[in-house]
Amino acid sequence: MTLVLEAAVLGILTGGVYALMASGLTLIFGVMRIINVGHGALVVLGAYLSFAIWRALNIDPFLTLVITMPVMFGIGLVLEVVFIRPLKTDREALSVLVTYAIALGIEGLLGFFFTSNYVQLRAWYANASFPIGSFHVTYVYVYGFVLCLAILAAIFVMLYRTTFGASIRATMLNRTAAQLIGIDVDRVSAIAFGIGMATAAAGGVVFGITNAFNPGSHYDLISRLLTIIVLGGLGSLRGAIIAALVMLVSEDITSVLISPVWASFVFFVILVLVLLVRPQGLYGVRVRDRL
Amino acid sequence: MRNLPRLRLIQGAGVVAVFAVALAVPALAPDPATTNIAVFTMMYIGLATAWNIMGGYTGYISLGHAGFFGFGAYALGLLLTHLKIAGGYEPFLLVPVAGLLTAVLALGIGWFALRTRAATFVIVTIAFMFMLQLLAENLVGLTGGGAGLSFPSPTWSGDFFNTPYYYAMFLLAAVGLGASWLIRNSKFGLGLLAIRDDEDKALAVGVPTGAFKLTAFVISATLVGMIGGVYGYYVTYIYPQFVVDPLIGISMVLMVFLGGLGTLSGPVLGALILEPSQLWLAYNYGASKLYLVFYAAVFLIVILLLPRGIIPSALELLERWRTRSGPAAPAPAAPSTPSTPVKAVTP
Repeated sequence: MTLVLEAAVLGILTGGVYALMASGLTLIFGVMRIINVGHGALVVLGAYLSFAIWRALNIDPFLTLVITMPVMFGIGLVLEVVFIRPLKTDREALSVLVTYAIALGIEGLLGFFFTSNYVQLRAWYANASFPIGSFHVTYVYVYGFVLCLAILAAIFVMLYRTTFGASIRATMLNRTAAQLIGIDVDRVSAIAFGIGMATAAAGGVVFGITNAFNPGSHYDLISRLLTIIVLGGLGSLRGAIIAALVMLVSEDITSVLISPVWASFVFFVILVLVLLVRPQGLYGVRVRDRL
Repeated sequence: MRNLPRLRLIQGAGVVAVFAVALAVPALAPDPATTNIAVFTMMYIGLATAWNIMGGYTGYISLGHAGFFGFGAYALGLLLTHLKIAGGYEPFLLVPVAGLLTAVLALGIGWFALRTRAATFVIVTIAFMFMLQLLAENLVGLTGGGAGLSFPSPTWSGDFFNTPYYYAMFLLAAVGLGASWLIRNSKFGLGLLAIRDDEDKALAVGVPTGAFKLTAFVISATLVGMIGGVYGYYVTYIYPQFVVDPLIGISMVLMVFLGGLGTLSGPVLGALILEPSQLWLAYNYGASKLYLVFYAAVFLIVILLLPRGIIPSALELLERWRTRSGPAAPAPAAPSTPSTPVKAVTP
């Protein structure tokens, strides 16, 4: 029982990171109607950027975010303008391929510069932990969780309390109508993509501290992130957060109760079961495609 | 002008010539390095053609076909192991059985995945691919897990080694092309194209969209599974990440997009261009991982410059050049079968 409880706590803590990464992905989908298959690779890129800075300056890994988040935001703007915006027809299908290509390109470049060896970000307090009842929780997991919560809160404030957030929500609801009332949807798209990348940078740091990673890690990440956002309902931020927590908690509990090798499988089983009942996901709206 | 009998004749002669050259490849260039490239190119011609039957005709983009590829490979490998069949020509005879098993799997996955549309469908197919990969890895008692699965060794060797595999791949690609052509010229194919253009309207005018989509999905997956089986026998040793490889799944998609989505010859052309160059890149830059960057660059250039693919773009160019230089003849009667599918651009 303690083991299950421990697994649940760990699931919630790691679920926070996935919630943050999936929020970026679902935000991009909501605003631009594209699936960014490169999101996992961009998270890994963020992790490697932090890794490079951390290795060069020897500072706290979390502090590298001061540099990596703006840099990744900029990369996001460039990617959107150069690769996504030119897609006029058949956006949804073509964007999958374009972002897949971006993922491959990043994997190749990272492999070239950092080799395929696994690396991990380590803070000096990496092994420090505190007891809750009969088990110990590592501080880095808690810090990562708090960081993700803070960024998620910032995103919500931005979306629901600022004018720019209103234009993002308007664009998510109806792109054409948003354009008609004078919202520069291209600008909104680019910035939304940038925000998505900045969250990927933050997710990357936490991922890189809590996991060993290599350039190929993005396949595992993206399959989970995509599963999470479909489960939550494409474009729904709330859905993505809840789905991430549900997924990670059930994964960790399966790992304890059954076997770690089946943990990831549960992910997909939950997706299949939920989609059987609700093809639009937990919080998705059932829309007719290509209106 | 395309429906002129003379043009039909030229087209027919061209097809026969291409088939003749394809048949003669092992005789023309018998060295193993070349025939190895030929086997893989033929494999991708088959894969891209098969993928196109679903992705090109119905517009449902599956990124999970690598799952069926790997499943077919494992199905054949396990059949050979459990039936204790030695290497030789018999394994080729079991390829259709592997295809049948893949069809059953595809029926289940398709029934489920096709409840969703567009973006969700893409993601669900990716999820199924990773599920199959995990199953191959975790069901150690059945598949051997991460240790992999060995196929029996073939009884032939030397320069001839690749030839039987080449013809097996050729046969499957030809079956795929035949199926693609038949579908393209049938009412079923018209229904699929209608689904691509507007699924709800198609349903409204009486196209049994659900059954049509599922049929196309199963046909497409079955072909991919059979090709996977031959591939497994060719490489003689498989493990989960190697046959259920997302890169294989995306490669066939890219080839279709490069050649022309929903066209008959597009996937063939795409595979002929991309697979040899991919092999060349992997051979020369594989160690440094830079080949992935090159591949990504080709990918991006294709999609940004030729979003509709080579064949439709070329046909359009040809048409424009004809109408400009030719006499102002009355427009030719519409061909009985839909020619180049030009997707209606919805605002």
